[in-house]
Amino acid sequence: MKYFALLWANLKRKKIRTTLTIGSFLIALMLYGVLAAVHAAFYQGVEVAGTDRLVVINRVSLIQPLPLSYRERLLQLDGVKAVTHASWFGGVYQDERNFFPQFAIETESYRQMFPEFAIPDDQWAAFAADRQGCVVGAATARRYGFKLGDRVPIKGTIFQGTWEFNVRAIYRGTRQGDDETQYWFHKKYLEENGPAFFRGLVGWYTVKVSNPDQATAVGKAIDDRFANSSYETKTEPEKAFAAAFVKQMGNIELLILTIGGVVFFTLLLVTANTMATSVRERTSELAVLKTVGFSDLFVLGMVLAESVVIALQGGLLGVLAAVAIAPGLSQAMPGMTFFVPTWDLVLGVGLTVLVGLVAGLVPAWSAMRLRVVDALRRV
Amino acid sequence: MVRVDGKSNGSLIQVRNLDKRYQRGSEEIHVLQGLNLDVEAGDFVAFMGPSGSGKTTLLNLLGGLDVPTSGSITVAGDEISALSAQKLTSWRARHVGFIFQMYNLIPVLTAFQNVELPLLLTKLSKAERKRHVETVMELVGLADRMQHFPRQLSGGQEQRVAIARAIVADPTFLLADEPTGDLDRRAADEIMELIDRLVNEHGKTVLMVTHDPRAADRAHAVLHLDKGVLIEAA
Repeated sequence: MKYFALLWANLKRKKIRTTLTIGSFLIALMLYGVLAAVHAAFYQGVEVAGTDRLVVINRVSLIQPLPLSYRERLLQLDGVKAVTHASWFGGVYQDERNFFPQFAIETESYRQMFPEFAIPDDQWAAFAADRQGCVVGAATARRYGFKLGDRVPIKGTIFQGTWEFNVRAIYRGTRQGDDETQYWFHKKYLEENGPAFFRGLVGWYTVKVSNPDQATAVGKAIDDRFANSSYETKTEPEKAFAAAFVKQMGNIELLILTIGGVVFFTLLLVTANTMATSVRERTSELAVLKTVGFSDLFVLGMVLAESVVIALQGGLLGVLAAVAIAPGLSQAMPGMTFFVPTWDLVLGVGLTVLVGLVAGLVPAWSAMRLRVVDALRRV
Repeated sequence: MVRVDGKSNGSLIQVRNLDKRYQRGSEEIHVLQGLNLDVEAGDFVAFMGPSGSGKTTLLNLLGGLDVPTSGSITVAGDEISALSAQKLTSWRARHVGFIFQMYNLIPVLTAFQNVELPLLLTKLSKAERKRHVETVMELVGLADRMQHFPRQLSGGQEQRVAIARAIVADPTFLLADEPTGDLDRRAADEIMELIDRLVNEHGKTVLMVTHDPRAADRAHAVLHLDKGVLIEAA
C-alpha cells in the first residue's frame, strides 16, 4: 500500500495517454461484453437445457409433425419417465413485427416437464380451467403490457384466422438465461378449432428419462421403436437439439471468437506501445529508483502493476457498460433476452488482467534490466 | 584524515588497488589504475580533474552502482566489491545517499514524496516516515515547500530536496556528483553551505566530484584524478 502513491503518480503522469488507453480497454471490453450477451442470447436455450430431457422430432425435419398417438407408445418404453408435446403455432400479435414463440401444449404434463418455469398454482388452475386460456412469459407480458384476464388476439400464419386467448397465467424463469418470451395455450383448443390437416398431430415430443446416464440409449430405443413407420423419429438430447437450432443461424461462436480475438490482439499492441513509451520516457527516473535502493524486481513489478491497473480500470468500466447496454438490446430485439453471464464477466476481467500483464512484460523486463550507470549517463 | 597511499587501517572507506577498464569496440579504456583511498568518518573529500579522468566512475564504484575490474572497496567493514547485484542494491539503500548534478527528482511526486522514497524501503510506519521527512525538510530549509512538485521549485530548492532525499535514511556516507554544476553562484553557495553544515554539524561523510574550485575549497581534502590516478592536492 505504501507504494500506491508512486504507482498512482505514474499513472497520472500523462493523463491524456492513460485516459485514451483506458478508453481503448473500455471499448474493447464493452464489445466483448455485448458479444458475450449476444452469444448468451442465442445459446441460452443450450445452456439451460435439461440433461434428463430428450426432444423427439420427425426424422424428415422439425416442421414435419408426429402423431399424437406416439405419446402412449413413448410412455411404454423402458427408461421413459414422462412425456409431453408441443406444436409451433407461428402467429403474430397485431402485426408481423410483434413476434414471440407460441406453442400449443399438452396441459396436463407440460408444467411438470419444465419445472424451471415458475407459475403460481392458482394461475395454472385458472389456465387449465379455461379452454381459451394462455400462459405468457414474463418478458412478453412486460413488452406488450399483458395482464391476467386480458384478451389477446393472435393472427395465425400457419393456422389461418384470428385466435382469441385469455391471459390466465404468467410464468417466470427461475434461472438466469431461462426464456421468458414464450406463449402457451391448450393443444385441445387448436385441435378443436384448427384445420383438419393438423388433427391428431403434434410438432414434437419432449421426453424425460429416468436416468440421464441412459439418455442416449433411450433416444436410440425411441428411434428404433418408430423405424420404418410413416413417421420416423429423430431423438436428441435437449441440449444438442437447442444447439442445432442455433447453428441454423450460422456459426455465431466462431464469429464472436474471431472478433474478440482481433480486438484483444489489437489491444495488446496498443497497451504494449503505451507502456514501452512510458518506460522509455522514464529511464532516468527508474535509474534513480534503483540508485536509491529499489530492486530490479521492484521496478519490474511496478511497471507490470501500472500496465495491469490501466487495463483493469478500462476493463471494469467496459464490462459494466456492456451490462448496462444488454437490457437495451433486449428491448431493441424482441423475442431475445440479452444479458452478460457472470462467467463471461469474470472471464472478461481475467482476460483484461492477462492482456495488461502480457503488454507490460517487455517494457517491464527492459526496465528491470536497465543498468543504472548507463541510464544516468544518458541524463 | 584522507590518504591515497593505501597505508591506513580501519578507515570508514578503504579502496585498494582499484582498477576499472571499459571495452569500447576493439579499444580498451583503462579508467582507473590501481587506485588507493582511505576516508575517515566525518571527512569531506572533493575529487577534481578534467572530463574523462574517471571521477564519476570512481563515485559510481564507491556507491555500488558499478563493479570494479579488480581491486577492492570496503565500507564500514563490508567489502562491497564482493557483493552480488541484489545485495549491492540493499546495501546502497542502507549506506549511501546520492546527490546528482541534475537533482533527479521524480517529477510526478511532491517534494515530500520524493524525500520519502528511500524510507519506503525501511520498516518505518507511515507516521515515522512523515516525522523523518519533516525533520530533514526542516534541516534543508524547505519545511514550507513539502507539497510542491519539482516544477514548482527553483533549481536550488530542487537540489535541497535532493539532499534531503539523500540524508533522510541516515546513510553511512553521501556521494555528490557535481552538486552545484547546474546552479547559479548564489544557489551554488547555498548548497555548499548546506553540505558544510551536514559535515561539520551533523558529522556526515561526504565524497564530492566537482569542477568548481570554490566548492572544492570547502572540502577537508581535495584529490585530483588524472588519467585514472589519484593525486592528493597540496
